[in-house]
Amino acid sequence: MTPEIAVLLAQDGITTGAIYVLVALGIVLIFLSTRVIFVPFGDVVGYAALTLAALQLKRIPGTVWLVLTLAAIATVVEVYGLTRRHQARRIPQALLYYAALPVAPAATAYLAAGYDLPMWAGIPITFAVVLPISPLLYRIAFRPLADASVLVLLIVAVAAHFALSGMALVFFGPEGFRTAPLTRAFFSVGPMTVSGQSILVVASAAVFGLLLFLFFERTLNGKALRATAVNRVGARLVGIELSNTAATAFLLASALAAISGILIGPITTLYYDSGFLIGLKAFVGAIIGGLVSYPATIVGAILVGLGESYASFWNSALKEVIVFGSLIPILLWQSFATRGGVVEDVEEEEGESRT
Amino acid sequence: MKRVRSRLVMLIAIALVAVAPAIFGSFTITLMNYIGIYAMAALGLVLMTGIAGLTSFGQAAFVGIGAYATAWYTVAHGGSPWIGLLLALALTALVATILGVATLRLGGHFLPLSTIAWGIAIYFLFGNTDALGRYSGLSGIPPIAIGPLSFEGTIAVYFFIWAVLGIVMLLCWNLLDSRQGRAIRCLRGGTALVESLAIDSFRIRLAVFVLAALLAGLSGWFYAHIQRYVGPIQFDIDAGIELLLMALVGGAGQIAGAVVGSAIVTLAKNVLQDVLPAITSYSGQFEAVVFGVVFIILLQKARGGVVPIIKKYLPRPEQNVLPIKASPLPRRQRTSAPGQAVLAIEGATKRFGALAAVNKVSFEVKAREVLGLIGPNGAGKSTLLNLITGVLKPNTGTIVFQGADITKLPPRRIAAAGVARTFQHVKLRPNMTLLDNVLLGIYARTRAGFLAGALRLDRAEESAARAEALHQLRRVGLGDRYGDLAGNLPLGQQRLLEVARALAADPTLLVLDEPAAGLRRLEKQTLSDLLRDLRTQGMTIILVEHDMEFVMNLVDRIVVMDFGVKLAEGLPAAIRADGRVQEAYLGGVA
Repeated sequence: MTPEIAVLLAQDGITTGAIYVLVALGIVLIFLSTRVIFVPFGDVVGYAALTLAALQLKRIPGTVWLVLTLAAIATVVEVYGLTRRHQARRIPQALLYYAALPVAPAATAYLAAGYDLPMWAGIPITFAVVLPISPLLYRIAFRPLADASVLVLLIVAVAAHFALSGMALVFFGPEGFRTAPLTRAFFSVGPMTVSGQSILVVASAAVFGLLLFLFFERTLNGKALRATAVNRVGARLVGIELSNTAATAFLLASALAAISGILIGPITTLYYDSGFLIGLKAFVGAIIGGLVSYPATIVGAILVGLGESYASFWNSALKEVIVFGSLIPILLWQSFATRGGVVEDVEEEEGESRT
Repeated sequence: MKRVRSRLVMLIAIALVAVAPAIFGSFTITLMNYIGIYAMAALGLVLMTGIAGLTSFGQAAFVGIGAYATAWYTVAHGGSPWIGLLLALALTALVATILGVATLRLGGHFLPLSTIAWGIAIYFLFGNTDALGRYSGLSGIPPIAIGPLSFEGTIAVYFFIWAVLGIVMLLCWNLLDSRQGRAIRCLRGGTALVESLAIDSFRIRLAVFVLAALLAGLSGWFYAHIQRYVGPIQFDIDAGIELLLMALVGGAGQIAGAVVGSAIVTLAKNVLQDVLPAITSYSGQFEAVVFGVVFIILLQKARGGVVPIIKKYLPRPEQNVLPIKASPLPRRQRTSAPGQAVLAIEGATKRFGALAAVNKVSFEVKAREVLGLIGPNGAGKSTLLNLITGVLKPNTGTIVFQGADITKLPPRRIAAAGVARTFQHVKLRPNMTLLDNVLLGIYARTRAGFLAGALRLDRAEESAARAEALHQLRRVGLGDRYGDLAGNLPLGQQRLLEVARALAADPTLLVLDEPAAGLRRLEKQTLSDLLRDLRTQGMTIILVEHDMEFVMNLVDRIVVMDFGVKLAEGLPAAIRADGRVQEAYLGGVA
C-alpha cells in the first residue's frame, strides 16, 4: 500500500464513516429515549436513497406505497383503539397525524414523479416522504409494548425489519440504484485531491450532529428526551409523556435517516436491502461507543468507516466478515473493561408462564 | 393419579409419532423430518432464550457450522458422517465458547446485537471460502449409515431423527429438574440473586450458550446429510430469525414448545409456499412479511406462545416428587468459639458521588450472637449489608470474615464462604415452586454437574437436597405449600421463603434485611423463635429491622447508624436509653 492509496482510503473511510455517524446517532437517540434497538433504521436510510434515485429516474418511488401501507395500518390501529376506549372525539386528530400528514408528501411524490425535477426539489420531497416511516413503525409495532423489556423490543424490531424488507423488494424491485452526485467539484489540497462530495458529506454530518447537540442542550423537548433516557419513571413523575417523547425521538431519527440516505445515495449502488447492512455497521460503531454516549458513538462510527475502507482494499470479498467480525474483540475488550464493576441488575418482565 | 394422566399424554404423543409413517404419505414424512431437525435447533433457543433469557439471532449460524463441518469432512475428505458428527459438535462448541466468553459478561442487549453481527459475518465467511464452495455451497454429501444399515430412505431417517429428538428432549427435561438446571432457570430476573447464591452466573450462561450451540450443531449435521447439500443462504440471519420465531411461537419457556413451534412455522411456510404464488409473483418476500407481522402480533398479544395455552387444558404434572428417605447433606463446621469475632468491619466507607452512604464504620459481629443494625431511613444500613455481601465494594476500609479478608471478593465467593442473605426488596423466582426456590439456596452445598443432571446420576444427592429444602420450608412454616409457585405467596410469606432459602445454604453468618416487614403478628413470633433457635445452634446473625419490639426482644447487641456513620453500639437497654439515638429517631426532642 503506497501512502497515496492510504490517504485515498482514509478519505473514503472518513466519508462513509461520517454517514455511519449520522445513522448511529439516530440509533442511539432512539435507544436512549425509548429502549428500542431500532434494527429497521438502516432500512429507512436505504429507502431514502432509493426514493431520490426513483425521482431522478422519473419513476414513482416505492416509498409512496410503503408509506401508504404503514399509514393505513397505523390509522386502523389507532382509530380502532380510540373507538374501543370510547374516545371517538379524538378520531379527527388521529386521522390528521396518522393519515393526512404521512400521505400528503407521498401524494406529492406520486404527482411529481415523471417530471424532470431539479435537485433542490427532489431532496425536500424525498426527505418529507421518508420522514413518517419511523414514527408510523413506532405506532404500529412498539407503542403497544412500551413497558416490555429491551429484549422483547429488540425481537420486535428484528421482526419489523423482516416484514419491511419483504415489502421493500415488492415496492422497489430487485435492481440497484445510484443517485446523481450532489456535486462534481474536486479540490486539490496539497498533493491530494478531495471530492466535493466527501466534503459535503462530512460537513453535513458535522452540521446535523451540531444541530442535534443544540436540540438536546437548548430546547425543552430535547431536555425531556434526555430526562427520559436517564430515568423513565422520574421523567413521568415530572409530567413528561413518554409516548410523546418516543414519537419525537422516532421523528428526529427518521430525519437523520433521510439525510443519511440522501448523502449515501451517490456514493454507492444501493439495493432494496442494502440499508440493513448500513444500519448494522452503524450499530457496530454505536456498540464501540457502548450505546450510551454520543461523542463515543461518533468516534466508533468513523472507526468502522475507516476499517471498512482498508478492509475492502485488503480483501474486498471478506470486508463484511472483517467489519462484523471485529465486533467480537471489541466486545471482549469492553467485557473485561467493565469487569469488577457493580453487578447490573436487569429485572425481566413478569407474567410469562414457564414450566 | 395426575402423574399417571400426564404420562398418558406423553405416551399418546410418542405413539402418534411412531405410527405416523403408516398413516401419512412420504411428502408429509419429509416435512416431519424437517420439523424434527428444526426442533433440535429451536430446543437450544428454548433453553437459552426462553428459560435463561439470553436472546440469539445467530442460532442458524451454529446450525451452519455443524452442517458445513460434516459436509466439508465427508465431501472433500470422503470421511464417515459419524466422524463428521464429532467434528460438527466439537467445532460448534469451540466457536460458541469463544463467542460466549466475548459477549456473555456484557449485559442484556449486547448479546443479541452481536449475534446479528456474527450471524452475518459467518454467512459471508461461508460464501467467500473456496474450500466451502463459496456461494454455490457443497453438494454430494453422503447419507448417514450404520454399517450396512443406511438412513437414506425418508422413513428410516424419520425414525432416527425423532428418536434422537426424543432422547435430547428427555435429557433437557432432566437437566432442568436438577441442580444446574435450577441455576439456569434462575438466571432470568437479575444477577444479584444468582450471585448471592454462590452461583457463577457467567459460567452457567456460557454453559447454556454452548449447550444451545451443540443442539444447533446436531441439527446441522442431520440437515446436511438429509438435504445432501449445504449453501450459505440456508444459514443466513433470516434463518436465525425463523428459528427464534419457532421457539417463541411454541412457547419459549417450554421444552415441548420447540416441537410445536417448529411444526407450526414449517407447516405455515409450506402452506404459504402453495398459496402465495397464486396471488403474487413475489411470494418469497410475502412469506417474510407474513412471518414478520405474525411475530409482532405474537409478542404484542401472546408472549407466552402456544404451549402454555394448550397446557391449560392438560393435567399439570406432579413436580418435585418428595424423597421418601434420604441421607442428610453434610453441614458446615463452625469453628469460631462464642465471643470470637466472625465478622470484623474496619473503617468501611462507601461514597456515591459526593454522598458518603457509609462513612468510616467499624464494628465486630461475634460468633453465636444476633446483632441488630438499626437507624432511620437512609442511614446506610442496606448499603452496609451490600458491602458485607460483596454486592458493592467499599472505597476504603476492610471487611474480614472468619479471619479472611473478603473486601474485594465477588458476592458468589463470599456466599460460598458461608454468608447467606435475604433482600430488602424480595428477590425470588416467582415462576418456580417454593421447593425449587429453597433448593437454589442449597446449590453451593451440592456438586452434581450438567451431565449428571441430564443422565439422572444425581438422584442420591438430589433426594438429600430435597429433604433438606423441605426441612427448611417447614421451619419457616411453609412446609405444606412446597409445590406452589413462589409468585402466588403474599409478601410476608415471600420474606419467610427468602429466610428458608438463606438457611438452606447452611451459613455461618446470616444477613437479614428487614425480614419482619409485612409479616403478621403470629408470623413475626414464629420468625423470632426460629432466629433464637438458630442462635443456640451456633449461627451468627445480622439483622436490619424497623420493628423495635421485634429487635429489642431478640438481639444481643445493637449498632445504630445515622447519615452513614455509626452513632452508637451496645446492649439493647443502653441503646434505648441513649439520648443521641432518640434524637436521631425522633428529631431533637431535647
